[in-house]
Amino acid sequence: MLVLFWTDALIFLLVGVVVVFALYARRREHLRTPWRQVARSGVAMGSLVVLGFYVTIGLLDSVHFRSALHTNGDHDQVQYANEILSVFDWLAAPLRARGEKTYSAPFAAYLYAKQTIDLPDGRQQRQFPRLKYGARHLHHPETEKTADILVTAMFAAGKGLVVWGVLCSALIAGLGKRRQQTFRSLYARMCAGRTTTRWRSMLFTLGVLIVIAFVAADLSLKYHIFGTDKVGEDVFYQALKSIRTGLVIGTLTALVMLPFAVLLGIMAGYFGGWVDDVIQYLYTTLSSIPGVLLIAAAVLILQVYLDNHADEFASAAERADLRLLFLCLILGVTSWTSLCRYLRGETLKLRGSDYIQAATALGVRHFTIITRHILPNVMHIVLITVVLDFSALVLAEAVLSYVQIGVDPTMNSWGNMINSARLEMAREPIVWWSLLSAFIFMFSLVLAANLFSDALRDAFDPRLRVQG
Amino acid sequence: MSDAFVSVTGLSTHLGSDARPIRAVDGISFGIEKGETFALLGESGCGKSITALSLMRLLPASGRIMSGEVRFGSQDLLRLSEAEMRVVRGGGMAMIFQEPMTSLNPVLTIGAQVSEALRVHPRDTATTDVKHVLDLLHAVRIPDPEKRINEYPHQLSGGMKQRVMIAMALAGQPDLLIADEPTTALDVTIQAQVLDLMKQLQRQHGMAIFLITHDLGVVAEMADRIAVMYAGQIVEQAEREPFFSRPCHPYSRKLFESLPTMGKRHQALHVIEGFVPSLQTRFEGCRFAPRCDRAMNECHERAPVWHVAGTRKVLCHLYTRGEGVTRRNEPLSVPMSVDSATRLAAEPGPLLEVRALQVHFPIESGLFKRTIGHVRAVDGVDLAIRSGRTLALVGESGCGKTTIGKSILQLIRPTGGSVRFDGAELTSLARSELRRRRSDFQIIFQDPYSSMNPRMLVGDIIAEGMKAKSAGATPERRRARVERQLQQVGLAADSAARYPHEFSGGQRQRISIARALAVEPKLIICDEPTSALDVSVQAQILNLLRALQAEFKISYLFITHNISVVSYIADEIAIMYLGRIVESGTVGDVLLHPQHPYTQALLSAVPTLDSETRRQVIRLEGDIPSPSNPPTGCYFHPRCPKSMDTCRQRYPRRSKISEQHFVDCHLHTRDESHPGGLKR
Repeated sequence: MLVLFWTDALIFLLVGVVVVFALYARRREHLRTPWRQVARSGVAMGSLVVLGFYVTIGLLDSVHFRSALHTNGDHDQVQYANEILSVFDWLAAPLRARGEKTYSAPFAAYLYAKQTIDLPDGRQQRQFPRLKYGARHLHHPETEKTADILVTAMFAAGKGLVVWGVLCSALIAGLGKRRQQTFRSLYARMCAGRTTTRWRSMLFTLGVLIVIAFVAADLSLKYHIFGTDKVGEDVFYQALKSIRTGLVIGTLTALVMLPFAVLLGIMAGYFGGWVDDVIQYLYTTLSSIPGVLLIAAAVLILQVYLDNHADEFASAAERADLRLLFLCLILGVTSWTSLCRYLRGETLKLRGSDYIQAATALGVRHFTIITRHILPNVMHIVLITVVLDFSALVLAEAVLSYVQIGVDPTMNSWGNMINSARLEMAREPIVWWSLLSAFIFMFSLVLAANLFSDALRDAFDPRLRVQG
Repeated sequence: MSDAFVSVTGLSTHLGSDARPIRAVDGISFGIEKGETFALLGESGCGKSITALSLMRLLPASGRIMSGEVRFGSQDLLRLSEAEMRVVRGGGMAMIFQEPMTSLNPVLTIGAQVSEALRVHPRDTATTDVKHVLDLLHAVRIPDPEKRINEYPHQLSGGMKQRVMIAMALAGQPDLLIADEPTTALDVTIQAQVLDLMKQLQRQHGMAIFLITHDLGVVAEMADRIAVMYAGQIVEQAEREPFFSRPCHPYSRKLFESLPTMGKRHQALHVIEGFVPSLQTRFEGCRFAPRCDRAMNECHERAPVWHVAGTRKVLCHLYTRGEGVTRRNEPLSVPMSVDSATRLAAEPGPLLEVRALQVHFPIESGLFKRTIGHVRAVDGVDLAIRSGRTLALVGESGCGKTTIGKSILQLIRPTGGSVRFDGAELTSLARSELRRRRSDFQIIFQDPYSSMNPRMLVGDIIAEGMKAKSAGATPERRRARVERQLQQVGLAADSAARYPHEFSGGQRQRISIARALAVEPKLIICDEPTSALDVSVQAQILNLLRALQAEFKISYLFITHNISVVSYIADEIAIMYLGRIVESGTVGDVLLHPQHPYTQALLSAVPTLDSETRRQVIRLEGDIPSPSNPPTGCYFHPRCPKSMDTCRQRYPRRSKISEQHFVDCHLHTRDESHPGGLKR
């Protein structure tokens, strides 16, 4: 049975909007040109592939369902499990199911803490016990482990390369068919990097990512490659699950903020006078309140509400989801001001331009002028701001969760991982892998987003656009 | 030409990528003698500015000099190192640019900027820096230099800034001054001042001037020798007198013929069809052949060679074949179908009547936006336009012409006065009523590049007004009308499916006209519609406007500063100064018998082509005062060469010179206190 969370619905709405926009832009030359320029940048296309990986995992993790239970018998009614899973959970079932007792280091065969073990002869001894799942297949982990890791990694890399090769050939063949070029000539041009779209960088990044993915997948079946946390859960799995949280915060916040910023910004700039005054006072006031304070207040109020009305929710996951959505809302409310300010300024400039005057002289209505003349001409600012804000919001989530006003503590997120690492870093011997894995995942996402947004900015900002 | 002081031989400069270079300058040769003014004349996109920048070796990043030699005195500039070149720049040759507004650093004082130029090229060390700066500012006739030295660029007017630029150029005592369209951004009276100054400085310092311009009038005023540039090549070189009395190359002749003048009023202007070709193309024959009405087969096949006759040189097949001279002076006028004289008695009552129109912009200050004063952009203006006629509104920049246009359209709501259009008082109409009537009066803007939404198709741009008016009910019918409209303004019907940026400036102006025409207006306000265009394209647009007027009986309010355009297109004329109309009447009356001292000065400042009949330039001192703080009495009196005591005290009343000719000047008021008001 499919379960639709609020955030799931909004995410798919967003995907729908992006697809519709892409179809719309395909037929419009002025919208296509800057995207072509983005496609000419190797760095941007490489980043796009990385982002694509993240988005794929995030989307897989956004399709939730409750699996049917095997009912023993007589009545036809199908029973569903209480636990809500996502497609990603289902794919990563081996990771999810293999809980240890407590901390274990990456690639460890033993627990990180000594425990009292009953020896076969009845004596008791304190020692590091073997893990239940990690490196279980090895008889003498001390001697065999390194070789085993290497061999597994090599085999996985080989598999990855084969898959990559097949993918590349299919892509080149497909492209060649569409453009009526021979496989050979297209291949030669791609290798030399002489295609207008930077296929070489894309395919190279894709290759690297596929190899990493295969190696990580194969190794994680035998080891806990990023270790386990306090309750023995696989950190690699946690980090992967956190991707969805990060993406939701980064994208839905933009979705929440856009109507405010676009509508109010354009209205302030276009109508001027008291409308402008009211909107300006509104955002000046709002941006003078420390954002963290506002978010803390809102989230704490919500938490009280959730605690008092726990019975209104079907599951804890649903509650956590609502809190996530609410966090997006409140982040959106606090972050629309800067975009609004930009749009107001740009609209002020456009309002005086000749073509708006000409439209007024033709007797075109205000609403039509705004939608037909102003909105398309400020869209590049909206796009640049949204993409730039994305990485800032992903980082903001981490900070907010760290001070415990972010997402629900039961929800996987990089912020929560870092928050728990606060205690782990203080203990002796220290547990460093939670922090490190959260850092690696977050860093690569934000870096890719930033590199991509740089290219986007170059392509869309008319002031930076190179003539000729 | 090796004896010349500056000699350029076979200079070629390319821009852009190596694969498809823009051959901006394609093998040109010329020489400049010591102390002479050499003018390079041509339309935009011909490579004039790139030639100047190549001489200075200041090309943009994508530019490179492919071949040629530039000798400056004894040096070959193209072989100098960058360090040696720096000494030549400023010291040997200096440059002034077109846009004085952006050529000065806004955060440094005038004095600091001029003394920087001095430090780079030190003279004798005896006198101090400040003294030098003062001398220089004095030399370029900046009034009150002791005060100005500590002012910032934004405190100066455009003409003053251009003087400061000239002072900086003079700091290194150059032997050659390169002036790239030095007066294009300035008003006529200021242009006259600056040109005068340049001539005087040239005499004092004996420097050569390399003048780049598109304005035949400026060339006639300044140049000793002239080179005409077309599509990266020089096509004709001559001394001034012979050039202006009989231009040789078909292109030069066409340039003259496409100039609007009063004498051509009753005929269509001669146009050069098409536009300057892209410099990326590889040319086979003569570059002008596709636009030339004298083109022969040979012209398309073989590039012409220089034909030299004395000091004249021309690059044209006609002359190498000996034909050019015989058929030079054929009549080229094309009679216009409808004569303006027959339109005179078209309709009696005025279509538009403006009475005592006022537009005051409040100056606000402080936290609570208290109004501390008003900018009187338009201060009591009366106008009337009859149906099917053209009224020209003439004045210098900042006098409120454009504001009048926009306030007639109610794009800016006037603060006072009345605008009656076709029986309705526009200033008091309700918004919905006004919106319904808007299609009766339209506007065409100056800048063809900013007047159209870059994200809309041309077809949608033209259809916008119809949609707003709910005319042409179905999309099919609307599309048909858009196509008809495009053909009417001389564009292909398939232009509708393209974006504005795919069109040239002249074509875009046609699209603007089509957009205005699509709603069938009775009045079109043309706000400097041709001032951003080249002469040949300007002629096309003026012809189009006149043909449309003849066909649809449209009235034009033609806002411009260009007297020659006015003399060609207008029926009546109103001269504006600082928000008020100082003189109005028929074109013949005002242009031939100007009565107001300002009109006289304005007309005399316009550079004329004919050096024989050149009028004495009445030089106006100073700049236009600010409309937020106009002078007492007559606004013109501080600059007026004939000002009297009364002028300082009272604004003059309107006096009638003839039935249609009015002037606001004390010289013409015959009231009791001044019985002999006409004391000229």
